[in-house]
Amino acid sequence: MILEIRDLVKYYDGFCALHEIQMKVQEGKVHAIIGPNGAGKTTLFNLISGMHDITRGEIWFKGKRLNDLKPHLRTELGIGRTFQIVRLFSSLTVLENVMVGRHCRTNAGLFKTFFKFSMKELDEEKDSREQALKWLDFVGLAHKMDQMASNIPHAEQRLVEIARALSLEPDLLLLDEPAAGMNPKETMVLDALIAKISRMGKTILLIEHNMDLVMGISEIISVLNFGEKIAEGRPSEIQDNPAVIEAYLGKKRGN
Amino acid sequence: MDYLLSVATIAGIYIIMALSFYLPFITGQISLAQAGFMAIGAYGSAVCTAKWGIPYVPAVLFGGVIAGVLGFVLGVPALRIKGIYLLLLTLGFGEIIRVVFINFNYVGAAEGFPGIPYQKYTGLYAYAVIFILIIFFSRLRNSRMGRAFQAIGNDETAAEVLGVNITSAKLMAFSVGAFIAGIGGGIFAHYQEYIEPLMFGVMHAVEFIVFVIFGGIQIFWGPIFGAFVLTLLPEFFRAIQEWRMEIYGVLLIVMMIIRPQGVIGLDTIQAIEKLFQKAR
Repeated sequence: MILEIRDLVKYYDGFCALHEIQMKVQEGKVHAIIGPNGAGKTTLFNLISGMHDITRGEIWFKGKRLNDLKPHLRTELGIGRTFQIVRLFSSLTVLENVMVGRHCRTNAGLFKTFFKFSMKELDEEKDSREQALKWLDFVGLAHKMDQMASNIPHAEQRLVEIARALSLEPDLLLLDEPAAGMNPKETMVLDALIAKISRMGKTILLIEHNMDLVMGISEIISVLNFGEKIAEGRPSEIQDNPAVIEAYLGKKRGN
Repeated sequence: MDYLLSVATIAGIYIIMALSFYLPFITGQISLAQAGFMAIGAYGSAVCTAKWGIPYVPAVLFGGVIAGVLGFVLGVPALRIKGIYLLLLTLGFGEIIRVVFINFNYVGAAEGFPGIPYQKYTGLYAYAVIFILIIFFSRLRNSRMGRAFQAIGNDETAAEVLGVNITSAKLMAFSVGAFIAGIGGGIFAHYQEYIEPLMFGVMHAVEFIVFVIFGGIQIFWGPIFGAFVLTLLPEFFRAIQEWRMEIYGVLLIVMMIIRPQGVIGLDTIQAIEKLFQKAR
């Protein structure tokens, strides 16, 4: 069990966004979280990555309790994520964006930057560059490395976000609607990419509205609705689950 | 010639001040306390040389270090607030520093601090510091911490989730900025020979911001250009001098409309680089 969520509750000023969520994510699996808008999917990601505080309950990652850990320390433990609305650093180039992902795996401080005496720091910088380039190549965007991040197309920005998250060597990758705003062709590329990341042994937690993508790629699906987990299982089980159909389409008349 | 030299020297000191504002600014921290840090550096170093007989260079460094330490102290509450509130906090701090010096008899209180040993080579020292700062900023741009600073300035939350310790990075940027301002103050004090609290009012802090916004915020050449041009212009066109602040105001509004990134942007630097490549 790489990630375990116990009795997780989140309130925003009296509004209950998540209620008593239990979830176990197995190592190496592609685990999807689906549900209608406002179901609490992104809230769950924000609690795991530490952007928001937990109201009640616990999150355990690789045997460590995350509750009181600052976001950057959780990242250091091996949690990488992308965002629902792309959040690339607009004043940096594509490559520099991915290199920011190397931050927590390197140590050069401000003063060592200035006094470039030791070869160690120079090697570290070179290594960061190579690693970042490797991940950019992995998502097929090495040729865009020197462009400003804000100047490339939306679908490519999403891929750069994935490369940036991968460059910090995460064991768990949180993908928040990676296919949003992508056309069918771009979605196919993404599909193959996620499969490739999964084959590398990384655990993927995926929020996605594109059902073809979700059903095709995920091994386990959890369904959230109004902050509660209403179903969990293999894709085939979820497709036929009456509670899930009801959450998405409403109740059948006469029932 | 002497006149030109004195104008260039003052411009040099203002370049240092503009860069001192620029460093925390990269991480999204807008400080109105830079004139206050300058005052600390000025008084700190002046006490060293005039009262304790310490040589110029260590005295100026000492002033910078005191400013840096106070910058660290102010940086802690500054971590939690943003935008207008941070502006108010730093404004208040700058004014407190000024009022403290007004009431501080050891350094002459409101009457000022006379008899600071004159440094003949102030211009040389100022531009040496600028040279070091240029090396620092150009290396920063392509370094781990530099990228982290930029990332924080763009999107603090995203930077934190990507593993950047924003607390330490922002504190570092703020206190090193204060240190640079303190060095600027020390150099200033030994050029003027006489300092008084009025010289470090909040309007000066605003001027440093104008230098940066006008010159350009994308790369450190912007603040250097802004401080240089905006110090020289009023000197050469005496008529402008009295209307300086009004002209700054109009200039800023015009800049916001036609070129919000400032005169010198990344595109300017790239264009210059291309020109040099062609010339070769």
